[in-house]
Amino acid sequence: MEARELTLRYGTKAAIQKVSLAILDRRVTALIGPSGCGKSTFLRSLNRMNDLIPGTNHTGTILLDDTDIHDRSVDVVDLRRRVGMVFQKSNPFPKSIFENVAYGLRVGGMKDKAALAQRVEKSLRGAALWDEVKDRLHDSALGLSGGQQQRLCIARALAVEPQVLLMDEPASALDPIATAKIEELIHELKSTYTIAIVTHNMQQAARVSDRTAFFYMGELVECGPTEQIFTNPREKRTEDYVTGKFG
Amino acid sequence: MKHATRRTVGLALTAFTGLCAFVIVAVLALILADILEGGAAGVTWTFLTQPPSDGMMGGGIFPAIFGTAALTLLMTVAVMPVGVLTAVYLHEYAPPDSLFARWVRVAVVNLAGVPSIVFGLFGLGFFILFVGRGMDRVFGHEEMYWAQPGILWASLTLAVLTLPVVIVSTEEALRAVPLDHRTASLALGATQSQTLARVVLPGALPGILTGAVLAISRGAGEVAPILFTGAAYFLPELPTHLNSQFMHLGYHTYVMATQSPDVEATRPLLYATVLVLLLLTFALNLVAVIIRTRTRRKAAGAH
Repeated sequence: MEARELTLRYGTKAAIQKVSLAILDRRVTALIGPSGCGKSTFLRSLNRMNDLIPGTNHTGTILLDDTDIHDRSVDVVDLRRRVGMVFQKSNPFPKSIFENVAYGLRVGGMKDKAALAQRVEKSLRGAALWDEVKDRLHDSALGLSGGQQQRLCIARALAVEPQVLLMDEPASALDPIATAKIEELIHELKSTYTIAIVTHNMQQAARVSDRTAFFYMGELVECGPTEQIFTNPREKRTEDYVTGKFG
Repeated sequence: MKHATRRTVGLALTAFTGLCAFVIVAVLALILADILEGGAAGVTWTFLTQPPSDGMMGGGIFPAIFGTAALTLLMTVAVMPVGVLTAVYLHEYAPPDSLFARWVRVAVVNLAGVPSIVFGLFGLGFFILFVGRGMDRVFGHEEMYWAQPGILWASLTLAVLTLPVVIVSTEEALRAVPLDHRTASLALGATQSQTLARVVLPGALPGILTGAVLAISRGAGEVAPILFTGAAYFLPELPTHLNSQFMHLGYHTYVMATQSPDVEATRPLLYATVLVLLLLTFALNLVAVIIRTRTRRKAAGAH
């Protein structure tokens, strides 16, 4: 998945300016930068969640499998099934654990009970939650702990088998143990999925990602292998940020 | 100001405002006590299950209870789909800067402020004389069939009256559905209508039900809108058709209070009727409160 010269405006105010960034297949790309730098806006434009905010407009292209996702032939509903998203605040539906995971499949038209059950189990296993919830699949998802709820949201996103998984600070509201579990999970998922993750936590970016992109004031300052960004950045601003001089 | 003066002023204001608040409670307590005292003995099984007799100086109020229930049921069936769909349009589909939506909202607010007797006249003029006559002509009724007061027209008139209650409470309920749930649904590849049907409406259901109960308790007590559109002065038979006239608790109360040949003989019946009407309305409000509390508890559990 790749953005070329992407500029996105809220009204007349540009949130991101001419960002060109490739999200490499089966790699974890971390988007870092201070608050308001445009990294979340960039992430949300990858599955067109920004369409929901009135007054946004863009120039430039975003390619998924060589097709512009803003092309007329692309149905935004299909796009979002191919590019899944996990939000900062876990947001399970007030339904059972099973129904939460099955939701994307049901709206996609899957009716066969056995197939649904199979896919729900697979997704929950994929999100490392199965063993904790297998005996209470039909209890409310709201009874889960915060960390479990977030893994449930990941399972829910995995269930529709997206190519790309976008994560917007998925662990920022979690305690260190739950965060460690999410990070471990990201490690496992990258063998199957292309992942882009926004994070405020520099250590987290260093731990989970293969590539890191540093955003500042709506611009992409620098992108490269994570190790290089953290040890030997080309740009002074990147160095200042990753070493904690500002941000 | 000296300390003592300030203290006195403070105390005086506390006392004065407290007294005003007390007056409200006292008035309600007086009304309830009076009605309970006068009516409790009259509410018997016979009273609840028999039609009035002896020129309304004997018998019970069963046709009025039945008529009120049937009227309210029909009204609910009419008002809920229209009200809920209007609110869904206003909150979910209308563009945020829509001029049309703004007009609808203004109309809803004004509709809520129209005196109920005006609804009665509107019902007579629009439903009976316009729609009813038109239907008679179309269906070829020689005699008046639809163009006369009946339970259908009365319930539709009440539905128009209670429409603002349903629209406003449904819109509030829709607003209370967390944005998180909508974005989660859309991000999973659900369409807007799927999100509405599977996430938003289920989430708003308790609030919508509260609106229904409020509309019912409002509609069940109104008399003016049904005066010209279907309520009968005295009719021991129960309504059997949509164009049947019917008895109604509120109207029956009015009739007994003003038209009785023997006030003293009617008084216990009047008290008992009012007590039944009050109990009915309180019961409906209680249901609304229970639903609302449950919704709040559920919402609180979600965070």
